Amino acid sequence: MIIQFICRAILLGVPLLYGSTGEIITEKSGHLNLGIPGIMYVGAISGVAGSFIYENACGNDLANMNPVLAVIIPFLCAIAGSVIMGLIYSFLTVSLHANQNVTGLAITTLGIGLGNFLGASLINITESELPSIALTKTSSFFSTQLPFADKLGWFGELFLSHDFLTYLAIVIAIIVSFVLKRTRVGLNLRSVGENPATADAAGINVIRYRYVATCVGSAIAGLGGLQYVMAYANGVWSNNAFGDRGWMAIALVIFALWNPSSAIIGSFLFGALCNANNYIQGLGTETQELFKMLPYVVTIVVLIITSMRKKREHQPPQSLGLPYFREER
Amino acid sequence: MTKQPAIELKNITKTFGKVVANKNVNLTAYRGEILSILGENGSGKTTLMNMISGIYFPDEGQIFIDEKEAHITSPKDAFSYKIGMIHQHFKLVDVFTAAENIVLGIENGKYNLKESMNEIKSISSQYGFELNPEKKIYTMSVSEKQTVEIIKVLYRGADILILDEPTAVLTPQETEKLFDILRRMRDDGKCIIIITHKLHEVLSLSDRVSVLRKGEYVGTVNTAETNEAELTEMMVGKKVDLNIHRDEPKNTRDRLVVNSITCVDRTGATVLDNVSFAAKSGEILGIAGIAGSGQRELLESIAGLQRLEYGDIFYFDPKTGKKESLRDKTPVQIRNMGVRLSFVPEDRLGMGLVGNMDIVDNMMLRSYTKGKSFFLKRKKPKDLAMKIINDLEVVTPSASTPVRRLSGGNVQKVLVGREIAASPTVLMVAYPVRGLDINSSYMIYNLLNEQKEKGVAIIFVGEDLDVLIELCDRIMVIGSGKITGVVDARTTTKDQIGLLMTKSDNDGKENGNG
Repeated sequence: MIIQFICRAILLGVPLLYGSTGEIITEKSGHLNLGIPGIMYVGAISGVAGSFIYENACGNDLANMNPVLAVIIPFLCAIAGSVIMGLIYSFLTVSLHANQNVTGLAITTLGIGLGNFLGASLINITESELPSIALTKTSSFFSTQLPFADKLGWFGELFLSHDFLTYLAIVIAIIVSFVLKRTRVGLNLRSVGENPATADAAGINVIRYRYVATCVGSAIAGLGGLQYVMAYANGVWSNNAFGDRGWMAIALVIFALWNPSSAIIGSFLFGALCNANNYIQGLGTETQELFKMLPYVVTIVVLIITSMRKKREHQPPQSLGLPYFREER
Repeated sequence: MTKQPAIELKNITKTFGKVVANKNVNLTAYRGEILSILGENGSGKTTLMNMISGIYFPDEGQIFIDEKEAHITSPKDAFSYKIGMIHQHFKLVDVFTAAENIVLGIENGKYNLKESMNEIKSISSQYGFELNPEKKIYTMSVSEKQTVEIIKVLYRGADILILDEPTAVLTPQETEKLFDILRRMRDDGKCIIIITHKLHEVLSLSDRVSVLRKGEYVGTVNTAETNEAELTEMMVGKKVDLNIHRDEPKNTRDRLVVNSITCVDRTGATVLDNVSFAAKSGEILGIAGIAGSGQRELLESIAGLQRLEYGDIFYFDPKTGKKESLRDKTPVQIRNMGVRLSFVPEDRLGMGLVGNMDIVDNMMLRSYTKGKSFFLKRKKPKDLAMKIINDLEVVTPSASTPVRRLSGGNVQKVLVGREIAASPTVLMVAYPVRGLDINSSYMIYNLLNEQKEKGVAIIFVGEDLDVLIELCDRIMVIGSGKITGVVDARTTTKDQIGLLMTKSDNDGKENGNG
């Protein structure tokens, strides 16, 4: 029971981990990308579209499908879709100096609209009765467990039973933490988000760093959408099922204090909190809704604690949300 | 010794829209010398240096480095020509350590902070800097931050150093220390260019002086063969009387008595600690101190904008002699009590004036409550605006131009004019000549002297110690929110004030409220 609860929490947490790792990279460059929910949604539908096309090309027959291609195609589609969204965001904010908050919200609205449009179109093609697309075959490749997972009892279930995107999320979060803290690229990126004028005077290409960070961040966030469809939802896409996971990912950035390693634990905690209402007996519908608020309550508590401690390292990047023009002094 | 030209500028011109920032500037700086670029605010010194350091690109003209033409289009190019600029507003990342800031943006070589720290330490010991490379910038004093900036360019191997107003934020002692380091660098064969508008620094430090006026190059003189009067004439374009007129204070009586007030800021840190003093009528009380030592909070407490933890502020009415407490009163309550308090805050367009409103509307900000009619009467504020424009020679297209579009000096004149027009009995001014040219500065000094003559108690927060010593009657020194001493401006020296500015807590208590 407890093992199952933890595994479920991890499964629920991983999309958030992708989203927040992506958003942390973006925010470290000084971009407050509120488009993350839309970008994750586009990442999910792009992956769905990719695997839908591949499944159809193989005649919907599991035997014809190449496991590597079945994984790689949706994977690359998800990245491509979310990078395009990231590029739109960067072009608007960096090149056209548009307001970041407005752009972000527009990207979210656009992404969800686009996702629903594509989703509805695909559902239309399948001519199915249900308002959803089932890509169970592709999903089965995504959620292949590690060997020995079912032979090692609770250990196997807890550590080895997850899909490969879960492990990838953790690896990416650790790598990003390392890059931010220990490498020159990380130092440069952080300086761009803290004080772009300083970075510029030091010879760092602020525009390039902001573009690249936003697009890489979007790509990672998009994978979160893919993981949600392929692993959590077992390959079943239905419009608007993704819910408010994108916003939760942004909340997780604050919870993790802009550190992807802390976001790993944070995402599992958020996953557990989201899921707690299903494991506590005798809750009414209204109290269930209260439980669903828990991740946000925890985020607010973290905000209160960190702003009371006033530690400068725990504050958001100083130039977060601010545009940068060189000629303006 | 034959002089090697390090950098030569030929016919440099730069315009921003219609504004000509630099016009046909020719300049040469040699290795092993300190060259001062002297000019008033807005004369184009910083723009010129920004073109050398790659922030801007000149519209016309050429730059030669070591007698070869150089195209500097970005800060990176400037580094490759071994040019390092120390900006007036420090370009440092607050949450990084000194070492991280120093290595920021260097592409070649491995990223190894330990090795870099050793190199930083060896540079420090070579020129006599004191710096802990692991210290975070936000915990540093201004002078430490400047040290980081200088080491940053030295670490990149710069041998042409440009310093933009480096002493604006330093105490006299810190300035002396910086000058020693600069002299050591010069003797090491580096070319040092220092931008400043402080004449005495030019004379004590540099080998040669180049003067700019309104974007144009006026000339270069050897420091040894010139004097303050000549340099000023070059800078301003006409002879200026550099002596500030000062009368003995007459009929001084306590006007405002501040009784051991203590304030804390939002983070709970004490910003004013047990401050007591008296401002007297017919006297200018100067306040000196390192920027951010509590000057702003002190003035704001008197103006009713700051909550007091302890202590009290008393006002003595000049007519009735009645003693009234200003504690826990809002600015409006203070005004309704009949206290005529005028305040020229340091943040002119933030607290003083509304940038998007014109001069007339800004006049009305002080008088809008007058009159009973539902509608505003614009006649009087308009007359006042015209009077200020005429009397103080405000350069503006009309009285209905948004003040944001006026130059710093003219904005200041509008603000000071409005505050003086309220015929105050207490006048508080914070850095009133910051960013002003010499003529405007002297006009402000004269206005303050006129008010002093009328028996107004004036509190003057300043940064230029020379001006404080020449203008004020008494100077109160504030350090970390404490009064570290009060001296007679007629007998004190800059060194004495400088020592009081950095005095530690312990010896502050003995002769604190002197």
